[in-house]
Amino acid sequence: MDNDKTLDIYTRMLRIRRFEEQVGTLFAQGQLPGFVHLYIGEEAVAAGVCAALRDDDFIVSTHRGHGHVIAKGGDFSRMMAELFGKSTGYCKGKGGSMHIADFQIGMLGACGIVGGGIPMAVGAGLSAKYRGTDQVSVTFFGDGASNEGSFHESLNLAAVMKLPVLFVCENNQYGEFTPMERATSVRDIALRAQGYGIPGIIVDGTDALAVYDVAAKAVARARAGQGPTLIEAKTHRKGGHAEGEKAFLAGGVYRSPEELAEAQAKDPLAIMHRKMMDMNVIVPNALEELDHNITQAVVESVAFARQSPDPKPEAIYEDTWV
Amino acid sequence: MPKKTYVAAIKDALAEEMRRDPNVFLIGEDVRLGVFAGTRGLHAEFGDRRVIDTPISELAVAGAGVGAAVTGLRPVVDLMFGTFLYLALDQIVQQAASARYMFGGQAKAPIVYMVQNGGGISAGAHHSQAVHPIFMNVPLLKVVMPSNPADAKGLLKAAIRDDNPVIFLSPLSITGLRGEVTDDDHIVPLGVGDMKRVGTDVTICAAGAMVQTALKASDALAKDGIEAEVIDPRTLKPWDEALVLDSVRKTGRFVAVDESKPICGAASEWVATVAEKAFTFLKAPPQRVSGQDVASPFSPVLERTVIPSADEVVAAVRRTFEKNRAGQDSRAKSHDLVLDS
Repeated sequence: MDNDKTLDIYTRMLRIRRFEEQVGTLFAQGQLPGFVHLYIGEEAVAAGVCAALRDDDFIVSTHRGHGHVIAKGGDFSRMMAELFGKSTGYCKGKGGSMHIADFQIGMLGACGIVGGGIPMAVGAGLSAKYRGTDQVSVTFFGDGASNEGSFHESLNLAAVMKLPVLFVCENNQYGEFTPMERATSVRDIALRAQGYGIPGIIVDGTDALAVYDVAAKAVARARAGQGPTLIEAKTHRKGGHAEGEKAFLAGGVYRSPEELAEAQAKDPLAIMHRKMMDMNVIVPNALEELDHNITQAVVESVAFARQSPDPKPEAIYEDTWV
Repeated sequence: MPKKTYVAAIKDALAEEMRRDPNVFLIGEDVRLGVFAGTRGLHAEFGDRRVIDTPISELAVAGAGVGAAVTGLRPVVDLMFGTFLYLALDQIVQQAASARYMFGGQAKAPIVYMVQNGGGISAGAHHSQAVHPIFMNVPLLKVVMPSNPADAKGLLKAAIRDDNPVIFLSPLSITGLRGEVTDDDHIVPLGVGDMKRVGTDVTICAAGAMVQTALKASDALAKDGIEAEVIDPRTLKPWDEALVLDSVRKTGRFVAVDESKPICGAASEWVATVAEKAFTFLKAPPQRVSGQDVASPFSPVLERTVIPSADEVVAAVRRTFEKNRAGQDSRAKSHDLVLDS
């Protein structure tokens, strides 16, 4: 792994972390409509996978999708404006947190339905094959989605058609508030790949460099026409399913103190930071400057969002039929 | 002009559009062999790449179509029966129909979902439902249900060229119906209805297989001196309400005939529109003739009872000629059938 790539992956992670921290603060202050699902703790997955992609590759995201947009190269200001519901947002305020898309960078949309984005990614892979390009398509989804029919149908369809698709399961061990062992019949979701005759690979989802390595191999395999791969990245949510859930759950507890402590200890950003220092990838001063610049960009995105106009009511009948 | 069956017209439309545009392709369960013959033979001309047999995975195939559509292709997804759309509903409603709007206009999803719709061949409850009202209620989907071979060809070609997601419904009971079909590039624009019979006394609105039923009823009524005007919207959404309203303003009487169920069926929408926009022209309460509100039964006798008949249409038209109907309970007799039995 060369230093540039390592720094690239770290930068994607840091961009996600700082953006999400700001979103969490804004939500707690009651400044954002709707609800948000933060990606904090899972940054290594989006960053590691997207660093293995080209700009013209496709990704399809989830309800916990901010990290994927940022990792693929999304713009803070248009994202933040969308979270505020403003007309300058990626979706002109019609999408919100769970429907951010940026078709210019191959980000084909977040998806509010668990497992709902998976078939679309298969179609983007089919499209690449049909058009004779070597683009690949990635679908991110959680452990909960691996219990949806869409997951199983899509794995089989992509496998029989040998499509260039990466199925990336971000196993954060909870489907909403239900622990995986109560909802999922196997300990490792990667095992499910066997049922469809495709490789299933487990990777430490808190180790961005490890994620990058397995993603790069699966991407190369897909580009070479050898078909899809299921990657299970074992990771942790540092926060809740959704922001503000404590009030929503009214005192209900669903995570053990041990698992929470493990999630806090295995912070992918801290792990990556240590590796960067060990590998002398970047001097501390430069890293501080990087962090400062990213934080500043987040602050500017909030200002941009606040200053942006709301959509006009008549905009409801724009972006309808072509 | 050559006479062709409805399915032969479908095949012509598919072949012509696939020849015209290399981005058009066909995908679905058994499209090579073609269960309803509309896709039969296309594989020989276009090969594996453009005529793609899939697993029986309606949800994934419907969604894969969206992924292909938003990345520049124009898939025609054959899901065989209208009832199989239920298996794919999430992808059709939440992705195909919503993508453009919820992403703020970034995407377009030019995709056609093609199925057989409705009953009439004793296919039983799981293969005989008229599903179109469910899709009429989905924002930003177009819904097409041609009633004859020429319209089927022209509308399918228009649907494939349309940049929006379209549900294309071939009525199951008339797939063998023959009619004149031109070999040229015949296009019927989406959203434009057609007057299938000119009349002066009552307007009957019917689509799909019910157009034949309405025409048969009109012949019977003509013997009694009642001249019905039969209007086929052809596209159920967006639909040509102006054509219907103009006719009602002329005739003053309105009967809506639809194979789907009475609650929120297509007929409900047509009657509501007429009541809202042409009320003062009406000489009698508008009438609905819909399918009976039960699952589709297998027995030919029972199924015939469930699907609207020409006799029921005649009876509904006669109700609009009864004196002093206004203000009275004008529930169609057909709707009382189940309650009374």
